[in-house]
Amino acid sequence: MALESILFWLFAMLAVGGGVGVVVHPNPVKSALFLVVTFFALAGEYVLLMAHFVAIVHIAVYAGAIMVLFLFVIMLLNVQEESRLAGVWGFMRYFSVVLFVALFVQLGYFGYQGFFGAENVPLVRETEIGTVEQIGTALFSQYVLPFEIASILLLTAMIGALYLSKQKLGLGEPARAARVKEALHEKEEAH
Amino acid sequence: MVTINIGSSDFAAILPILVVCAFGIYLMVQGVLAPRIHKLTLAYIGLAGIMIAMVSNFYLLGIETDRAYFEGMVFVDKLTVTLNFIFLLTAALCLLLMTSYSEQEEIEFIEFTPLILFATAGMMLMGCAESLMIIFLGLETMSIALYVMAGFRRFNRFSLEAALKYLLLGAFATGFLLYGMALIYGTVGTTNLTQISAYYSENALNLNVMALFGVALLVIGFGFKVALVPFHMWTPDVYQGAPIPVTAYMAVGAKAAGFAAVLRVLVLATGQAAFEWSQLLWLLAVITMTVGNIIALVQSDIKRMLAYSSIAHAGYIMIGIVAGNETTVSAVLFYLVVYMFMNIGAFAVAGIVSGKNEQHVDIKHFAGLGKSQPMLALVMTVCMFSLAGFPPTGGFMGKLYLFKAAMESGYTWLVIFGALNTLISVYYYIRVVVAMYFQDSKESVKMAAVLPGVGLVLLVTLLGIFYLGIFPGTTLSLLY
Repeated sequence: MALESILFWLFAMLAVGGGVGVVVHPNPVKSALFLVVTFFALAGEYVLLMAHFVAIVHIAVYAGAIMVLFLFVIMLLNVQEESRLAGVWGFMRYFSVVLFVALFVQLGYFGYQGFFGAENVPLVRETEIGTVEQIGTALFSQYVLPFEIASILLLTAMIGALYLSKQKLGLGEPARAARVKEALHEKEEAH
Repeated sequence: MVTINIGSSDFAAILPILVVCAFGIYLMVQGVLAPRIHKLTLAYIGLAGIMIAMVSNFYLLGIETDRAYFEGMVFVDKLTVTLNFIFLLTAALCLLLMTSYSEQEEIEFIEFTPLILFATAGMMLMGCAESLMIIFLGLETMSIALYVMAGFRRFNRFSLEAALKYLLLGAFATGFLLYGMALIYGTVGTTNLTQISAYYSENALNLNVMALFGVALLVIGFGFKVALVPFHMWTPDVYQGAPIPVTAYMAVGAKAAGFAAVLRVLVLATGQAAFEWSQLLWLLAVITMTVGNIIALVQSDIKRMLAYSSIAHAGYIMIGIVAGNETTVSAVLFYLVVYMFMNIGAFAVAGIVSGKNEQHVDIKHFAGLGKSQPMLALVMTVCMFSLAGFPPTGGFMGKLYLFKAAMESGYTWLVIFGALNTLISVYYYIRVVVAMYFQDSKESVKMAAVLPGVGLVLLVTLLGIFYLGIFPGTTLSLLY
């Protein structure tokens, strides 16, 4: 038990420290790397909760694929230093403090209720709930419909992204040239 | 050992959704395998798919209704069947409009037809959801398809602006919705709507903050999708920028799907908790009607005017939701059917008048339409009178049932506000009619040709409005 709580606090510190690093570090690339630290620490917490599958997926998808994409975009855009928000939006910083406090109070309140509330049920730890086998069984029995709808959802998103980003519509080349010319003309008229 | 308790009756329960999805996937493959296929052929195959789904929808009436399928994921009752019918008919009419619209503007049916089919599948899922998870997945499938469809005129700045604005604000609203669902799940410990309903009615008097907060966040999320004031900011810009058939689809389909989810969650599941918020919903209904109608008074662009009018109509439907008694569901459903006919009719006429590249969308471009195109002017007049709520159109009966439901629950002031708003709205609807019959066109407006597809849409809407206005009982008895 002692080892478990030591690990918990270690991962928790790492996660929060990484999160703070993301926000305060002025260099976007290093800021993104801090996010990787947070992701790994969270994956460690999932392992402690016996959710092995979620932990693996978390590392593979978030720390792996999505973070690489992040870094790629940041490096492509060649952002050097974070530029501060100016003008009216500068006030948003103070507004964010208010939101932060509100969220914290809310979380604290629910946490308090959870621990000291009337229905204080002792936590039962399911040792098998997060294994790959259990999740696979759940996905293909009780949750098979949501699982399959998710595939339609992703397909829709893919078609949409392809349509909006593809270079050439099915129109012939002359029609497209005329179309671009028209759009430019419209732009000139607007000015 | 994995045991799967899913039988053929489970698949029968979602038959229309399966048909629509299968056609969507087939059309995509077809477009790739035969790139030289005539683009309209794809649209007609899509229409055939929707027709088959409609026929299979009647089959739903035959299977055992009023029970949950897929281990408590979807629910089949009369509400499901009626909503499926509304969504499928909307999709069919809008796809027909799009075939004609493609003469005015280049449209890629390879992408458009699957998108509209998947969006319809998402809406139908929201209509039959028995779990918060299904509602969320259906809503996202619908929304993502709509974000893209709003930006389908890729060479038009306004269309792209509409798509971007809708995407950013929609994603933000989804966050609220998901947070609300998480809080409800945290309180009840399940996403099943029947169990949530049981929990809320048992603990109606001592609900904790988390449970109430969850419902409030759901109201915000759904309020965005159906464009209630103050979550309506995106509506005019998105409706204006999107291609007209897509605007019609959003104004009718997305709104009906949003209200379907509201009926499922707020009225049928958390009805007890929503009762605590009924003062808030009352206020939302009044503000939505009033703001929508008053801003619509000063609009000169027909699409913006119809956008604000659709906001106002969301307010009218909220009257029925606030009433929260046994007539709510049938009154709201009846209004959604009427709303579908009259809005699609109005958008169809606006699409023809707008001409190439949607250049003529001002109300003054309707001047002289009564002389040059009497049939078009007639349909537009009927739609405007129905939207304003004159007898003997369906709009009158729809409002009557909504107001009656509110009166039965004792919301007299709400009905008075509704009636006052109806009076205000007459001004801007009649303005279009006056322009058509009593003003001469100063400039020659080159309209699009009235193709058979659009003609069919106009005929269906005209018949629908009058049928629902004169024989409302036959439809209403089908609903509940």
